[in-house]
Amino acid sequence: MISVTGRELTTSQWLLRSLRLDGTLLVLIAVLLMLGLVVLFSASGESVEALERQMSRIAIGMLALLVVARIPISTLRAASPWLFLAALGLLFAVVLFGDVGKGARRWLDLGVIRFQPSEIMKLAMPLMVAWYLSLRKAPPRFLDLLVVGVLIVVPVVLIMRQPDLGTALLVGAAGLLVVFLAGLNWRWFVGLGLAIAALIPLLWTQMHDYQRQRVLTLLNPESDPLGAGYHIIQSKIAIGSGGLYGKGWLNGTQSQLQFLPERSTDFVFAVYAEEFGFLGVVLLMALYFLIVGRGLWIAAMAQERFCRLIAGSISLTFAVYMVVNMGMVSGLLPVVGIPLPLVSYGGTSLVTLMVGFGILMAVHSQQRLVNR
Amino acid sequence: MLIDRQDSYDGEERDQRRFSVRVFVALLILFLLIMTLGVRLFSLQVGAHEHFTTLSENNRLRIEPIPPTRGLIFDRNGVLLAENRPAYQLEVTVEQAGDLDLLLERLSGLVDLSTLEIERFLASVRQRRPFQPVLLKAGLDDEAVARIAVARHELPGVEIEARPVRHYPLGADFAHVVGYVGRINEQDLRRLDTRNYAGTSHTGKTGVERYYEDILHGTTGHKQVEVNAQGRVIRELSAVPPVPGKDLILSIDVELQRAARDALAPNDGAVVAIDPATGEVLALVSKPGFDPNPFVNGISHRDFAALQADPHKPLFNRALSGQYPPGSTLKPIVALAGLEENVTTAERRMFATGYFQIPGHERRYRDWKRGGHGWVDMSRAIAVSSDVYFYDLAFKLGIDRMAPMFGAFGIGSRVGIDATGERPGILPSREWKRSVQNLPWFPGETVITAIGQGYMLATPLQLADVASTLANRGHRVQPRLLLAIHEGGNGDPVMQPVQHLPPVSASEAHWDVIHKALIESVHARHGTAWGSIGSNPPSGYQIAGKTGTAQVFSLAPDQEYDQDALDRRLWDHALFVAYAPADSPTIAVGVLVEHGGSGGRVAAPVARKVIDFHLASRGQVAAAGEGP
Repeated sequence: MISVTGRELTTSQWLLRSLRLDGTLLVLIAVLLMLGLVVLFSASGESVEALERQMSRIAIGMLALLVVARIPISTLRAASPWLFLAALGLLFAVVLFGDVGKGARRWLDLGVIRFQPSEIMKLAMPLMVAWYLSLRKAPPRFLDLLVVGVLIVVPVVLIMRQPDLGTALLVGAAGLLVVFLAGLNWRWFVGLGLAIAALIPLLWTQMHDYQRQRVLTLLNPESDPLGAGYHIIQSKIAIGSGGLYGKGWLNGTQSQLQFLPERSTDFVFAVYAEEFGFLGVVLLMALYFLIVGRGLWIAAMAQERFCRLIAGSISLTFAVYMVVNMGMVSGLLPVVGIPLPLVSYGGTSLVTLMVGFGILMAVHSQQRLVNR
Repeated sequence: MLIDRQDSYDGEERDQRRFSVRVFVALLILFLLIMTLGVRLFSLQVGAHEHFTTLSENNRLRIEPIPPTRGLIFDRNGVLLAENRPAYQLEVTVEQAGDLDLLLERLSGLVDLSTLEIERFLASVRQRRPFQPVLLKAGLDDEAVARIAVARHELPGVEIEARPVRHYPLGADFAHVVGYVGRINEQDLRRLDTRNYAGTSHTGKTGVERYYEDILHGTTGHKQVEVNAQGRVIRELSAVPPVPGKDLILSIDVELQRAARDALAPNDGAVVAIDPATGEVLALVSKPGFDPNPFVNGISHRDFAALQADPHKPLFNRALSGQYPPGSTLKPIVALAGLEENVTTAERRMFATGYFQIPGHERRYRDWKRGGHGWVDMSRAIAVSSDVYFYDLAFKLGIDRMAPMFGAFGIGSRVGIDATGERPGILPSREWKRSVQNLPWFPGETVITAIGQGYMLATPLQLADVASTLANRGHRVQPRLLLAIHEGGNGDPVMQPVQHLPPVSASEAHWDVIHKALIESVHARHGTAWGSIGSNPPSGYQIAGKTGTAQVFSLAPDQEYDQDALDRRLWDHALFVAYAPADSPTIAVGVLVEHGGSGGRVAAPVARKVIDFHLASRGQVAAAGEGP
């Protein structure tokens, strides 16, 4: 027992506090990451190597979380516009001299490291919009809406042109969610919905052939069972054959016999659903719901507008990740290339997500300091 | 004041309340979305469970990729430069093998297994399923195949598979043109379309193999196979055959390439020969070369280290990546700039002494010839390669009028040849120096640029391209290695079109001056190439050319260059650019002899041999010039 400010604290409470962490959120994230490793082991064909790699990525992500959690919110806030400008500049740099990989220009090679600037934008966007709106009177006015509109549209269009529909969607959502949480009049959201509906034909003409094919395949997967429809058909068979209780860990025939493509990355949810069944799915969804809920609770408790907005947006973007991925794997949404957050194999999105949670932790600990 | 604070406090509170409402709404929407997903998954997993279980149990159909065969590469006369040979490789199926350590021990008694091969094997065993065969050793020779076949009964799970492996029958002479393929690594995967490379193990790493990867690779096919409950393939049901890669016919002439290599002996260097009418690269030699075949399946660390440590740098592509001071070879360009800018005339004569001084400066810029060349006009100045004449001309022109002419001839920018590794050289100018060194330009630098020293660098390919541009009187064609694409043996090869580059514009009279001077420098008694070509001229045609000798290190103003006293690595580079026949050129050549010494004595004979060989083989002359 250690005594701080007159109150008795257990060692773990003291540790969490000095590391500026929220225990509840941390435990939930850890459980999800652990579950992810369990699924990954099965999805990768029991590859120890894949497991080791993912664990090292998790370690990097954890480290990032711990570091970011210690950044004072005021610093983060002051850095927001610069971070946004830097991310925007890098996105333009990708257009000019990015590396082409697999037909898309997403990477920037700095000699030492190669990275996707769009990944930075996932956090820079909500920070920027939150920074701007927290300077203005609440709720946002029409003028604010115009400014924010430009802030959101430019990076989203740049990312869409790479082309990377999934990331564009997440970045756009992160920005819009801030506007929503800032209390924008409902009328505008109805208007935006209508505008998007009107833009769909235009979007269609802007899409790459493979993106169009994915949408068409979604409407009728059986039309192309060997090509684009193969993903969705196989993934539906995997999920459906899992049943209520699942086939058991390492026993999913769809995944183990390699019928299921991209089974350790974007389609890892199908492996999970096949092996752990509907009950497992409910458990997973509950876990995600709890994480989002805890994040929103942290947001609602924050004393500052900027903190609320950024924490709220990060939590809800996490929810968008999950809903879109599960939607696409179960055949409700087109395949846009969004991983299952914290579970899919791969480093880029994992680290970004962990940094996002780091910001949530920072908001949380700052809030407690204000209370004291 | 008080009211104000009250107001803002109220605002904060209202804002927080509004936020909480929004969060509540968001949670509600999220809950609804999760419920939708839940309903969907419930209908799939519980409602349609039986349907999907049936599908899953009948799901015995798997799609496997069939890699296409890689296109072949030929020279212009149909000589094979890159082919696919069946090669035997050793594969092990782990679940049949039993004790892996024991098996590896037994195998290493039969074939030579390196630690690298065993490491790679064990790494891929971890990634594969136990019933999938894993490569242990590639490139088995017949003897090893026989030894393993005899001992087969005590080697469970060991298979010998014949797979096509890229082979370069002509080896070292063409490694710098054709390049080589190698195993796909993580870096390649970022670049390649994983779907089309699903069954492919190798990809082009350098040279033409890399540049034309898309054409050579082809399109992967796939087959539907039936598998049993353990995932083993039972039979093949249907297949979409792969589309093989297309064959490439290069403009290279194997015989000419070899003649150029022999002509360089015993020195290291580079020779590039271009057909000025079409831009077809007839020979592209970087000597010494290296055998590309070990690279295909991964060269051993020791062999690679040996290649890297070789003082002759066989891995270095001198023709495309080697950037050398062009020496006097580019004096014709300075002369042309002088004429076009009306700074001088062809007839103006000057008395060329042994050195030049910028008015008002002390420093003496010396001529390569002690005491100078006496009275020279432009033509004679080019022919005798008078440094002082060009110091003077360059000083009058200034770098700002000289650099654009070099640039128009392609110095400082990549020629754009269809192979990897080409470098742009350096075109020095005021802007270049400011951006690279952040220093102003000095007049002395203008003066030495005229004789191809100082900052200026050019590749042998660029020198050949300059020769081609001179031969074409300013018309520029894009040098290229690809002559035609041939689709899988059927139909005629599709010839590649001639590509034109922005021309160097100058008046015909001025081109005449340069042309005449270049013939004079080879065929006149005072010309710098007289000793090696003009004194024993080829019969039936004339060669136009310019020699160059480039310093590897700079001498102090009072030092003398004494070749005999110098380490070989500090000898001058010998250069020569030429085209022939002078009146209707069919070949333009750039020659670089590393540390060869004098351009006239060492590089010109190389070009002569290449040109003679080419014109003799084309039947343009009965025979090469009669020997001494």
